[in-house]
Amino acid sequence: MLPLSGERPTSNGVVCERIDSSEIVRGSSTLKRGFAHMLKNGVVMDVTTVEQAQIAEEAGAVSVMVLDKLPSEVRKAGGVARTASIRIIEEIMDSVTIPVMAKCRIGHVSEALVLQQTDVDMIDESEVLTPADELRHIWKWDFTTPFVNGARSLGEALRRVEEGAAMIRTKGEPGTGNVAEAITHIKKVNDDLRLIKAIYDSGDNQELVRMAREFKVSYDIVEQTAKIGRLPVVNFAAGGIATPADAAYLMSLGCDGIFVGSGIFNADDAKERARAIVLATTFWNESDKVKEAQKMIDERQSMIGLDVKTLELRMQDRGGSA
Amino acid sequence: MTLKVGILAIQGDVQENVLSLVKAATELKIDAEISQVMTSDEISKLDGVVIPGGESTTIGQLSLVNGSLKTLKEKIDSGMPVLGICAGMIMLSNTANDRIVGTTNQPLLNILDIKLERNSFGRQKDSFESDISLESMSIPKYRGVFIRAPAISEVGDGVEILSKFNEKIVAVKKGNVIGTAFHPELTQDTSVQKYFLNLISSLKN
Repeated sequence: MLPLSGERPTSNGVVCERIDSSEIVRGSSTLKRGFAHMLKNGVVMDVTTVEQAQIAEEAGAVSVMVLDKLPSEVRKAGGVARTASIRIIEEIMDSVTIPVMAKCRIGHVSEALVLQQTDVDMIDESEVLTPADELRHIWKWDFTTPFVNGARSLGEALRRVEEGAAMIRTKGEPGTGNVAEAITHIKKVNDDLRLIKAIYDSGDNQELVRMAREFKVSYDIVEQTAKIGRLPVVNFAAGGIATPADAAYLMSLGCDGIFVGSGIFNADDAKERARAIVLATTFWNESDKVKEAQKMIDERQSMIGLDVKTLELRMQDRGGSA
Repeated sequence: MTLKVGILAIQGDVQENVLSLVKAATELKIDAEISQVMTSDEISKLDGVVIPGGESTTIGQLSLVNGSLKTLKEKIDSGMPVLGICAGMIMLSNTANDRIVGTTNQPLLNILDIKLERNSFGRQKDSFESDISLESMSIPKYRGVFIRAPAISEVGDGVEILSKFNEKIVAVKKGNVIGTAFHPELTQDTSVQKYFLNLISSLKN
């Protein structure tokens, strides 16, 4: 019972083979999007070491994302940010039972192929790394491994789904400890969804065609999305989440789950904070539990945030117009 | 008489389970109230429960925190029907071994005496769909959707094997308890949900 809007059932990533006496299919949209559905109401945590990955798993994370540097460190270091060391990804895959994700550069097909060959569970084509292709993203239908992509608006999200993304994360501004951009973008996506739903319900096909042109996607995917009134894939919030209350607020805005980047392992109380953010994500609707979670952390140990207006590098803009 | 069926809504694909059970109840013309449940209080009022797919380590730890794990165990031990799907089947088991990491000390319900292996078919790239058979449930052909699925290698006394896939056990039943390694809620076919609703109905009367 998954929405399969925009699906390309005969793409290269779909593999049919025979094992013993059984015909099996791998890489179908049901399997890729279904995997993302299993992560719902959970927290995916950015990690750089085996130790951090184990802390994340013990805290109740549904998955870990392996990076070479946390987004805030990428911001400080400058230069070109690339996919993480394969050796570290493999060590982490061997030490936790939860799914392991890794990032590749936008448009960098070979980095993605390396990650698929490494057997990571999901690939994040991410603006945190330096884009390799300013004009186009990876054609993700060619992969058996599912992808997650960032988006700041419904149009951007649907463009990624049309390219084969099995999951979306609404972009915040990574590595800032500032949740404002994430909030802005999820509200923007929600507003756009309400708008196309209203147009669909009114039966105004001409206006729906105009929206498809504005979004730079096919009419079909706009129509199917408008009909169900939500993104056809799972949508997590990401970027700048640093506290349990940040996580709970984003869940209340209708996000399916949370990505936490620098917010946990840049804080001095990583272990407690990891646990607290998981609790607040699960029990976001119970204010006493969110308060208990918030009490587990010490604001004096939160990462120092950055004002998004003064940033020289806005990662969220990367790949956004493509 | 209304059947009260809950989906444990701690983490995982809760909504898909709600939708497919509603569809199954409608097709069966059974009067059922399908709801998401989180607390001990909500669980204690149910006639049947589904533990959905998700991450078993997360579901286990968080249901331990809010006390729902204990209530679930008491209710299931006293006869409430349960359908554990993928992570849910792991939750029903008495020990969980990961294919790579080995024995995990995650919180479990300790209800089914089975030898279970997590991520038994491999990582996500090895997730697959294939036709399977559930003969003893009178479902000869069923589309199995296996996502980082667990599998069972041995079952203890009284545990009935419902289905095998290439020698690995992928569905079991013991009285009021059903576990599947695959995801019935991700297909259009509601045969498994119908079987479960009928089981709840027969045990309630």
